[in-house]
Amino acid sequence: MSALSRFLRTPEAVAGAFLLAALFAMALSAPLLFPGDPQAIAGPALLPPFQAWSLPLGTDRLGRDVLAELFHGARTSLAVGLAAAAAALAVGAVIGTLAGFAGGLVDEVLMRITDAFQTVPAFLLALAFVSVVGPSLGVVVVAIALGTWTGPARVARAEVLSIRERDYVASARAVGMHPLAIAFREVLPNALPPVLALSSVIVAAAILTEAALSFLGLGDPNRVTWGGMIAEGRTVLRTAPFLSVVPGIALVLTVLGVYLAGEGIVEATAVRRGLS
Amino acid sequence: MTLLTVSNLTKRYRRGGKAVAAVDDVSFHIDPGETLALAGPSGSGKSTIARLVMRLIEPDAGGVEFEGDDFLALRGAALRARRARLQMVFQDPLAAFNPRATVARVLDDPLRIHGIASRTERPHRIATLLERVGLTAGLAPRAIHEISGGQRQRVAIARAIATKPSLIVLDEAVSALDVSVRGQILELLLDLQRQEQIAYLFISHDLGVVRAVAHRVILLDAGRIAESGDARAVIDAPRSAIGKALVAAAPRLHTKRDAG
Repeated sequence: MSALSRFLRTPEAVAGAFLLAALFAMALSAPLLFPGDPQAIAGPALLPPFQAWSLPLGTDRLGRDVLAELFHGARTSLAVGLAAAAAALAVGAVIGTLAGFAGGLVDEVLMRITDAFQTVPAFLLALAFVSVVGPSLGVVVVAIALGTWTGPARVARAEVLSIRERDYVASARAVGMHPLAIAFREVLPNALPPVLALSSVIVAAAILTEAALSFLGLGDPNRVTWGGMIAEGRTVLRTAPFLSVVPGIALVLTVLGVYLAGEGIVEATAVRRGLS
Repeated sequence: MTLLTVSNLTKRYRRGGKAVAAVDDVSFHIDPGETLALAGPSGSGKSTIARLVMRLIEPDAGGVEFEGDDFLALRGAALRARRARLQMVFQDPLAAFNPRATVARVLDDPLRIHGIASRTERPHRIATLLERVGLTAGLAPRAIHEISGGQRQRVAIARAIATKPSLIVLDEAVSALDVSVRGQILELLLDLQRQEQIAYLFISHDLGVVRAVAHRVILLDAGRIAESGDARAVIDAPRSAIGKALVAAAPRLHTKRDAG
């Protein structure tokens, strides 16, 4: 049975994949369905949902189209979540591989640096970084990656410690391969599966951290973000709760989708690795 | 001139706070084109010696002289370049290859690393190497896990001879193969030795195989040399206790001799 058919037989995984597909569709169609600035005023302020055909989810305090903001917010969430997770996984895998493969002093230094990053709560680190450097999309990505690369680094190191004792690493040395080539061509690709298994959790956490940062006003001010929308709606929570609830639900479904689909992929591929 | 001279080689491991000598004051030499067998029970230090000679691990004491140079003094790029002359074939033909590799990539590595053939020339060289070890060139794009154990060991031998070495360390290279394949691989090794004057450090626990392919044999016991000499003479009439025990443990030898 192929990994794909195993994936499709798991209802949670399929549900997650649907949520993710919907999210990607929103993100990709946003500039087509809602051309122009989603932060522009589109109608009367605080219009409740399902009142006007042109503004199905109503408007916020300034009269901006909530549906347009939601679609454009999906772009930010996805972009930041995926970019931050990719950066964290890449940095973590490289540092973990170097530490595990080199051993000795290099290992010691790299792992103490990892400890230092792990001791500081990831969110505080991101908060401090963005407040110092200033909010922009790139900075938010770096800020989130800064607090999340340690997990992949530890997993990669543990895996490399076992792989470096295998015969094929010895035979690569015997052939005369450069140690860096051995680390990145022979060892790293084989250490990746358990590291990649972390990716769903990391993407989900990155999306939440991005939302939290923009809720606190530390997101890119030129982009619509779900966290920012929730923060906007907070001031009128009693009179217009939908302004916070709608982006909140979007956030929950996104994180759920990422997590379920990610777990589904890990489960489906783990069986194959176990058998071979 | 001797090809490889090993003198007073010692390697200790710490187990439970006290040092255990895996290899204890071992000295031997190998001449060009000669097969020297290292035999002994498990734990006698055979594989440790192989890894010490290959510089996969570092000795605690002793010297290794290879092609007239102090092999232990080589570092970094000089060591990697010299490794072309000293290759190794491992026991488990599956574990010795990157699980993601293809046959072509395995054979491409030594040719690329040691600058033996240009990028355009390499596919041709890989095909020649495969044919040299009795495989078809069509095997090149296959993944290592797709081919049989005997084919894998032939690929391992092709990788070892790609850099035209003067010495190949065969660490139980035929022990994991079934009997019919084992004979073919041994034939291939002897054939390569005759044609290219390659010397072998042949590590095995199977005295029958040792008697068939080795010129000289060293019997090891607990990291020390128990007995050494002409392979046939030693195995036909062992003098050391461990030699007698090893020969007694392989009853096939006697039947073969009685019949012949």
